Amino acid sequence: MNSVGSECTDMKRDYDQCFNKWFSEKFLKGDRANEACTPLFKKYQSCVKKAMKVKEINIEDVERTILGTNSEPQKPPSAKPSSEESTSTSGSS
Amino acid sequence: MARYHSKTTVLQNDWDQVASAVWQRYPNPHSKHVLSEDVISRKIEDNKLHSFRLLTKTNHLPKWGERFLPTGTPKFASIVEESVVDPVAKTFTTFTWNLNFTRIMHVREKVVYSVSPENNDWTQIHREAWVSSGMYGFIRAIQHFGVDRYKKNAEKANMGLRLVLDKLFNKGQEVATEQKPVEKKGLLKEKAKVAKEAAIQVAQQKAQQKQGTLM
Repeated sequence: MNSVGSECTDMKRDYDQCFNKWFSEKFLKGDRANEACTPLFKKYQSCVKKAMKVKEINIEDVERTILGTNSEPQKPPSAKPSSEESTSTSGSS
Repeated sequence: MARYHSKTTVLQNDWDQVASAVWQRYPNPHSKHVLSEDVISRKIEDNKLHSFRLLTKTNHLPKWGERFLPTGTPKFASIVEESVVDPVAKTFTTFTWNLNFTRIMHVREKVVYSVSPENNDWTQIHREAWVSSGMYGFIRAIQHFGVDRYKKNAEKANMGLRLVLDKLFNKGQEVATEQKPVEKKGLLKEKAKVAKEAAIQVAQQKAQQKQGTLM
């Protein structure tokens, strides 16, 4: 898959390979230490940040925590039980 | 006021496999609308993995929607994906929302991948979406379009994930869910009605513009 900056795609691939291996072999099995991929991540990140600036995408806009906060939207009270597919109108936005 | 949609699916793969596959789901034959994906930040807090990712996707709009875009508007949508992976509770939660075009249409989606209550070796995917629009006079039409497109994309997401699971672990099967043909017919009728309403609104706006009454 491509990076937002085409010049970063190779760095992204190297990082992704490292991360995916660490995630399934270490993290999911209880080993939370994650320094192994840090050097690759730093290199990839520096490239992505430059590419985002060029495309005028603000990094502060991206790193906004919503899960577990008051900003997280809620299921409307009128919605059917979630075991089915359902569409309804919510009073809250 | 947002339109809410939710759907639960079950995959016959264990949670560890699905969690690994979620990170590797792009590219796949059903994700041609996804242009790029990048990890912006990652950290481990309370033994959980928190990530922020940036995705860019094509932003197809129907003809009546294109008029809302001023010339020179970028053709791609920027989407943020916040996620938390809890390997102890075996939950993988993502929350995605679009950064741009939010006044025209704002789509927020929360997905929770967890162990299926039916079978410990299966994974349940619970998707919820909230679709809203700030375009006065077109809200209903845009929301209908948005929910419709979201449902198609959610289906593509599930299909893409199954293909990737199959590739990685040689097994990516969904527990069969029944299709309701009556529902489908109803949806088509609704679609045609919405398109007609949108066309009438566009014509009315054009007439108002001519008279100089539109702000």
